[in-house]
Amino acid sequence: MTDTNDTRPHMPLGLAQRGYTGVIQQLSARQAGSALSDIELESRLIELGFVEGARVEVLHEGLVGRDPIAVRVDSITIAVRRREAMAIIVA
Amino acid sequence: MELPLLHLALVGTPNSGKTSLFNALTGSRQKVANYPGVTVERKEGFFVTPLGRQVSVVDLPGTYSLRGRSPDEEITRDFVLGKASGEAVPDLVLCVADSTNLRLTIRLLLELKRTGRPMVLVLNMFDIAARRGITVDVERLAKELGLPVVTSIAVRKGGTADLLRLTDEVSAKLAAEAEANSWRALSVAELRATQREADRIIADCVSLPSRPDTWTARIDAVVLHPVGGLVVLALILFVMFQAVFAWAQPLMELLNSGFDALGEFVHATLPAGLLQSFLQNGVISGVGSVIVFLPQIIIIFLFILLLEDFGYMARAAFLMDRIMGGAGLHGRAFIPLLSSFACAIPGIMATRVIDNKRDRLTTILIAPLMTCSARIPVYTLIISAFIPAKDVWGFINLQGLVMFGLYAAGIISALAVSFLIKFFMLRDYAPAPFMLELPDYKMPRLKSIVIGIYTRAKMFLVRAGTTIFSMMVLIWFLASFPQPPAGATEPAIDFSLAAIIGKALEPLLAPVGFNWQIAVALIPGMAAREVAVAALGTVYAIEGGKEAAEQIGQVLATKWSLATALSMLAWYIFAPQCASTLAVIRRETGSWTWMAVTFTYMLVLAYAASLVTYNVAVALGAG
Ligand SMILES: Nc1nc2c(ncn2[C@@H]2O[C@H](COP(=O)(O)OP(=O)(O)OP(=O)(O)O)[C@@H](O)[C@H]2O)c(=O)[nH]1
Ligand SMILES: [Mg+2]
Repeated sequence: MTDTNDTRPHMPLGLAQRGYTGVIQQLSARQAGSALSDIELESRLIELGFVEGARVEVLHEGLVGRDPIAVRVDSITIAVRRREAMAIIVA
Repeated sequence: MELPLLHLALVGTPNSGKTSLFNALTGSRQKVANYPGVTVERKEGFFVTPLGRQVSVVDLPGTYSLRGRSPDEEITRDFVLGKASGEAVPDLVLCVADSTNLRLTIRLLLELKRTGRPMVLVLNMFDIAARRGITVDVERLAKELGLPVVTSIAVRKGGTADLLRLTDEVSAKLAAEAEANSWRALSVAELRATQREADRIIADCVSLPSRPDTWTARIDAVVLHPVGGLVVLALILFVMFQAVFAWAQPLMELLNSGFDALGEFVHATLPAGLLQSFLQNGVISGVGSVIVFLPQIIIIFLFILLLEDFGYMARAAFLMDRIMGGAGLHGRAFIPLLSSFACAIPGIMATRVIDNKRDRLTTILIAPLMTCSARIPVYTLIISAFIPAKDVWGFINLQGLVMFGLYAAGIISALAVSFLIKFFMLRDYAPAPFMLELPDYKMPRLKSIVIGIYTRAKMFLVRAGTTIFSMMVLIWFLASFPQPPAGATEPAIDFSLAAIIGKALEPLLAPVGFNWQIAVALIPGMAAREVAVAALGTVYAIEGGKEAAEQIGQVLATKWSLATALSMLAWYIFAPQCASTLAVIRRETGSWTWMAVTFTYMLVLAYAASLVTYNVAVALGAG
């Protein structure tokens, strides 16, 4: 397991390349600039399993602007746009 | 003493198998498919438990929480909380989980517990979990959650036996337990805490192998490749439309000659007169000319059902998200729009999964531009009459190519309309987020495909027997009466009401190249698009005289110019020729205005497109 999370730099999942794996450190909806309110965006992300400590892997990306991305969150795969994924801080 | 009806409700995250379970319990045939957001309505069914208890069970749209963010989720929330008008709260909630993916369901379940409703956790898809080597300590899970837990395999015979037994057990001791409802929308902190709690329970009770579904990963590597994925999507659509033409041809010819033979038979056995004309021209030439298209309808549904059951739809939505976003469409709009290829009505209903009101409205407005299966008869008829069946580049059927072009024209104009709506009406628009679960692929199940096709084929035939038939009777009547005066030399139909009406409308439609026969066919065609084909069949059959057992396609080829044919195709890409679609738009938007808007804009587009097509074609010498 990667216990090096403390040493890895924190970054938003929205900037991650395909193949990136990491662990969610925190959610920060204010950074995302989504059309949703901060509370709504955070709620939705949690409801899809994006909580602190969950392992994520960027499996696929779209063609235009490499957007959206398909993210493996523990045992499921979720498609999100990079804009919303900016709210997910990983390391 | 007869026990009162026991009320069950199926609640759970999307795509966990609630509807499959509902079908297994009640023997119904509600739509099941492998993507989130299939069920958008509440459906009630009934069954009897092994111990003889009468049960009513309600299938609900899937949801991740009780917050009710979109119209489908609101239905579930209102039902569970007992807010739905005239509904009692369910006696027992069956919380249905996909056993391979418990995190989200257990969190939902912890939230549901606050409603105070008695509840059972159903670990569905247990076969898949077992195959993957996932083991669940069911007893421990039940203890941790404080409620009964049962496994089930909704799609296997006898896969719900344990659930049935448990229902009997639980219902026997229900009564007194009515707890107070302490549910309120969870704050972000509470939500997070619930998810943590759920994760803890899962860590204690479930052992996951570190082996994800390798098949899904392998297929996705190709299908979701940024470039390869789009190529695959285009290929699938292309093969689909080619198949509609190429594969259906032999069967259609068989049906065609069957109806011809029937027509001949009626002609030969019955004495000449009204009855003979009614059966031969009205029923056989009219309704028969529509039924001939059954093979094509079946093929298009076969493709769509296979894609849905396999799990491709959500992938297609992923691939198309940014491309559709460019036209101002919501990512979740893709599946409703693709369903509209079958029929706009379920497509418009499926927009309920879209949370943003304006995005939903835009999708509803453009859904009728997708080429629905009712246009297939019109397109096929005209294409086979006017486009030569030769191959281009050796392997592409030219007729199939034109068909593909018509579908493409529908899609492109839908995107264009959406773009204009966003540009002119919703300027302050910020793109709504796209978040969609991509389910693991599942082998399509023969039984569900067969049932799916059977249901659709039956619907088509019932329509042919009711709507289309009654329109045909009307058309035949209009085209046959009044009868010509004795000694008249012109064709009999020239004296009929149909000719009078058609000729009155002709000046309006002459600029787009339509003759009076088309004008007559367009009016009943408002009821349903296929009717136009049937109406043309009848009008030309009557006009052609008693011996004319010719197929309608051959008749058209001699009576219409190529320009008229192309203009008719252009008309049908856009024309709002379907009363049921308009009625659904009115219901789903809750307003007559939007229905009127749809009708008007489509009619204007249809007229404009036909006008341009006709005049260009005439200028190029096809008049
Ligand atoms: N192998 C297996 N497949 C299942 C089982 N239950 C459901 N499925 C499949 O899972 C997919 C989803 O089933 P649905 O019944 O449509 O799911 P749902 O919960 O009603 O979904 P929504 O209406 O979208 O919320 C379909 O492809 C089913 O064939 C099961 O027990 N075993
Ligand atoms: Mg369902």
